[in-house]
Amino acid sequence: MEKLLGEFSFGLFIWQTLIVVALIFLLRKFAWKPILSTINEREEGIRSAMDAAEEARQEMQNLQADNERILKEARAERESLLKEARVLRQKMIDDAKEDAKVQSEQLLEQARKAIESEKQVAITSLKNEVADLSIQIAEKLTKEQLSSDKKQTELVQKLLKDVDLNA
Amino acid sequence: MQRFNYNDSITSKTKQLKHLLHVFFSVLLASNVFAVSESNAPEKKGSLKDEIKAYIQHHLKDSHDFYLGSYKEGDKKKYIGYIGLPIILWDNGLVVFSSSKFKHGKAVVQRGDGYYKLYHGKIYKTDAAGTINYDDAHHATNEKPLDLSMTKSVMTMLLTALLMFFLFRSLAQSYGKNKGIAAGIGRFFEPIILYVRDDIAIPNIGEKHYGRYMSFLLTVFFFIWFLNLLGLTPLGINVTGNIAITFGLALITFLLTNLTANKNYWAHIFWMPGVPVLMKIVLMPIELLGVFIKPFSLLIRLYANMQAGHIVLMSLIGLMFIFNNWLGSSLSFVLAFAISIIELLVAALQAYIFTMLSALYFGFAVEEHHDEAH
Repeated sequence: MEKLLGEFSFGLFIWQTLIVVALIFLLRKFAWKPILSTINEREEGIRSAMDAAEEARQEMQNLQADNERILKEARAERESLLKEARVLRQKMIDDAKEDAKVQSEQLLEQARKAIESEKQVAITSLKNEVADLSIQIAEKLTKEQLSSDKKQTELVQKLLKDVDLNA
Repeated sequence: MQRFNYNDSITSKTKQLKHLLHVFFSVLLASNVFAVSESNAPEKKGSLKDEIKAYIQHHLKDSHDFYLGSYKEGDKKKYIGYIGLPIILWDNGLVVFSSSKFKHGKAVVQRGDGYYKLYHGKIYKTDAAGTINYDDAHHATNEKPLDLSMTKSVMTMLLTALLMFFLFRSLAQSYGKNKGIAAGIGRFFEPIILYVRDDIAIPNIGEKHYGRYMSFLLTVFFFIWFLNLLGLTPLGINVTGNIAITFGLALITFLLTNLTANKNYWAHIFWMPGVPVLMKIVLMPIELLGVFIKPFSLLIRLYANMQAGHIVLMSLIGLMFIFNNWLGSSLSFVLAFAISIIELLVAALQAYIFTMLSALYFGFAVEEHHDEAH
């Protein structure tokens, strides 16, 4: 201990303290502060760049997900549109068929009616014709049968016989 | 007033070749030069040992002058690369002169009406003849003026401070020129700054408070490290192995710790929470003592480690001259080489430990109050 104290130089201690304290303040102003702030800024920069990259990645993922979702939606929409179209087409076809059926039935009905009426007309005219023909035949027959008196009498006889007076 | 005269102090460097070679190798290997006599006669062994011992002792101390090496030429001791350093004394007024005036302790310097003599690395006031009086234990009893000289250690610290200033300012400036990326030598030092911040300051002090201690921690770390490394160069400098230096550094840690301490810190010293009253009273002096022991351990640790490193290294180099044969001397050389490498590690390690423990003490000082879970 005595040796230590004997070695202790007060002058050296004063100089050393002066130099170190001055050095601390000088370096603090000219070196440590700018160095540490630059390092901090750089670290901050790296951190924010990493964050930004992460964000961009996230965003891209979101975009991708969005895209996929939109694609899916589009596909679904197309699907539904197609389905609708198919249904519509089917309906149109069905409707058309129905229409056609109805129309054809109507046509048939009309045709049938026309035929019926034509038939009636034809029957009527045929009847008339037949009646005419009958009358003509009857006329001719009558003319021929009634050409003798005997025959006329016979007919009268016969007709009279048919008439039931009692009835 | 100031008359630094360096030119006359630089001795001629072109002396006998063998002396030069001898000096050269010594300079290379040792942190300074062993002025070993050429004679290896057995009866001189004791004196060689003493000489080496004295030399190591001399090296470990601060010095008022600087030289690369010395050798003996006949009876005269010659110095290589001698530079006189400014002597600044306070003796009822400022006294300034170059240390070369002392002629290595042989001459008495007169300034005003004071006579000064350099004796065993210390400056004493003497009479005109330079008489040194001794007490019984052979200690000089002359009056000592207040010595504020720019010694070898002071000069080394100034140079280190300048080096650090320009080094780290250039790093700070390189950021501006290089879009926030370090350029040049700063690329080497920036990770170390980050290490001090991320592995010394933040874990010990905490995210919230570390900022205000960073200037001290960084400065002290690099200051100690650079000075430790300089101590390993052949310039013969032992700054961090000087008790005054480590005392000054630890004092700053001590002051910073206690001046920035919060209520919680003082509560833990004077009235430890969470223990019975009797324990509080017992703990108080212990904790109070701890306040001083902590920085004291810092100053002793750094001092002792650097001192010991220098002693071991120089002793091993001294052994080469004591063995003076190819086997022993080369073995000593290998050992000295190995120790040098370990010392390189120790240089960084001691700087780390000093900084780490300082940060730990700062951490105690600003620790936030937490629940009574002790």
